[in-house]
Amino acid sequence: MNKEATEIHPEWDLVIEPQNSLFELHLKDVWRYRDLLWLLVKRDFVSFYKQTILGPLWFFIQPLFTTIIFTFIFGNLAGLSTDGLPQPLFYMAGITAWNYFADCLTKTSTVFRDNAGIFGKVYFPRLIMPLSIVVSNLVRFGVQMLLFFVMIAYYYFTQKESGAISHMNVYVFLFPILVLLMALLGLGLGLIITAMTTKYRDLAFLVSFGVQLLMYATTVIYPLSAAPENYKWLIELNPMTGIIEAFRYGFLGAGVFTTATFGYSVSFTLISLILGVVIFNKTEKTFVDTI
Amino acid sequence: MSSAIKVENLSKIYRLGEIGTGTVTQDIDRWFKTKVMGKEDPFLKIGESNDRAKKGIGDIVYSLQDINFEINQGDAVGIIGRNGAGKSTLLKILSRVTTPTTGKINIKGRVASLLEVGTGFHPELTGRENIYLNGAILGMRKREIDRKLDEIIDFSGVERYIDTPVKRYSSGMYVRLAFAVAAHLESEILIVDEVLAVGDAEFQKKCLGKMGEVSQGDGRTILFVSHNLSAIDALCRNSIWLGNGKIQEIGKTEIVINNYNAISRSLVSDTVLRTSKYLQSVKLNKSTFQYSDQIEIEVGFNRSMIISKDCYMAIDLCDVDGRIINSDRVHFDFYDNDKIYIIKLFLFDNCWNLMDSIDSTELGFDVVFSDNRETGLLVNGLTHFTYEWKL
Repeated sequence: MNKEATEIHPEWDLVIEPQNSLFELHLKDVWRYRDLLWLLVKRDFVSFYKQTILGPLWFFIQPLFTTIIFTFIFGNLAGLSTDGLPQPLFYMAGITAWNYFADCLTKTSTVFRDNAGIFGKVYFPRLIMPLSIVVSNLVRFGVQMLLFFVMIAYYYFTQKESGAISHMNVYVFLFPILVLLMALLGLGLGLIITAMTTKYRDLAFLVSFGVQLLMYATTVIYPLSAAPENYKWLIELNPMTGIIEAFRYGFLGAGVFTTATFGYSVSFTLISLILGVVIFNKTEKTFVDTI
Repeated sequence: MSSAIKVENLSKIYRLGEIGTGTVTQDIDRWFKTKVMGKEDPFLKIGESNDRAKKGIGDIVYSLQDINFEINQGDAVGIIGRNGAGKSTLLKILSRVTTPTTGKINIKGRVASLLEVGTGFHPELTGRENIYLNGAILGMRKREIDRKLDEIIDFSGVERYIDTPVKRYSSGMYVRLAFAVAAHLESEILIVDEVLAVGDAEFQKKCLGKMGEVSQGDGRTILFVSHNLSAIDALCRNSIWLGNGKIQEIGKTEIVINNYNAISRSLVSDTVLRTSKYLQSVKLNKSTFQYSDQIEIEVGFNRSMIISKDCYMAIDLCDVDGRIINSDRVHFDFYDNDKIYIIKLFLFDNCWNLMDSIDSTELGFDVVFSDNRETGLLVNGLTHFTYEWKL
């Protein structure tokens, strides 16, 4: 069962020692427990709408209302630019993408605390839990994307003549990669935070409002082109900016897409993911004693 | 016969008290001394054995200290000892829930551990959905569960309610279903912690029967922690007696149990309930009990003395000679509850024959509060001993 152990100690299947190598990630174990991953996703989905009347409809309500509020406040009252796009469509794109990232981040950032009970009683590769969160949120994200597509279709057919909406372009094929990037970025950062909060809980307080504030440093409610010149670098430093801009550019044809910002987002994601998995793995062995 | 588990020089240390101020500097200090200067871990030096009756000097205790043993394949081994002896810590390390501080464990075969029944049960899901979820958490593949589903439902005896959410189950049905899943795990080694303290006498018998069948029939190795010594006696050929984190004795079950009883009798010579400043009262629901009766113990505590939010309460139920009859541990939240907590235990026939009923005045209690980790790290007061709540 534990291949690394059997190679060194042929007569034993498993060797438990205080210190393991930093990079022994038990990824094979994770694969062996893949059924658990699906069952956890199913659990999240089923338990979400049990005893509700509207059921999965709740997935729609949140982004819909946020879009309405944003259109009213940022679009009409504040009069922020939307790169020439219809305001609801512009906000919807930003909210859908941002929500997925934010949900992945906030939910994985409390994975040790939320699952202390289970983790303290039974062993399974701990990475399964955060992975199941990311996949569960993907289901929700998928449903919200449907709503987004409906909106695109609506604007496409009603405003075709006026030319107010630019068409989708070839960058739309980046979509699967963008989803993966958002998932892995949220996962990576979440893993780092959850590992660090097992001992010192300070960071946990930061996450809850930090994510909200970070949204304003991302191009969710304004386009990158409308950002003031002297703060632009700060907004571009945020790895989510590149992802959301690319997302909007692909689907709506408005936004700033450069290989440099995109490359930056990819490298930032990969580094935080690797760092997150390694730190998480190191913490999972003894967190039960400190949480 | 080849061995299935081999434990060498196993130790585990814990810090007492709250984790908070001071740990960052201590962490840096420790890291600097061990990694940069290459010195011996300063953490380990101040350790002392974990005797909860005595007040220690340092705030580091050994929950387990220099444990060595070997278990043969197909053997059923019982682990006994009082609350806080290190039994659960040992099982947690064996099940990979936490890691040892020093030492090494070699294991041959797949391990399934049952430290708690119904881990991961979701109240909103139905019995059937929970069988899948719980089975997968315990390490079963979906295919494997598909194959055994009928058998599991049959063993649990809750067939009628299998498509009802488990939040509507009685606690007995809940435990039945949970144990049924665990009993059908396919593993060479089965680790079972005090899980039979719940469930009625009939179901306990069924569980013990299943475990006996598993060990003798299928030749699987079993490690079994219980305070029910008669169950250990019936099931296990060999036993390990843990006390204060060390192995007190290891050998044939009847001999170990006899010596254990002799010692625990002398430890708990005073069966009169002595109230500490934390504990206000212990009340029972009846005045006489018979074998397999459920005893409801109402524990009243002085909430203002206890500051930690999460708390464990462990209770040992002793007979007039101080032998432990049953024991349970609950995790609770002080903010949830007012000053009363009720623990339900069954009265076991523990080595001595309980032919007639037993009077409540003949029962003794050892109630232990501890902070949010384990009862092995006992920080709080109780009936037979007195401690300070450590801040």
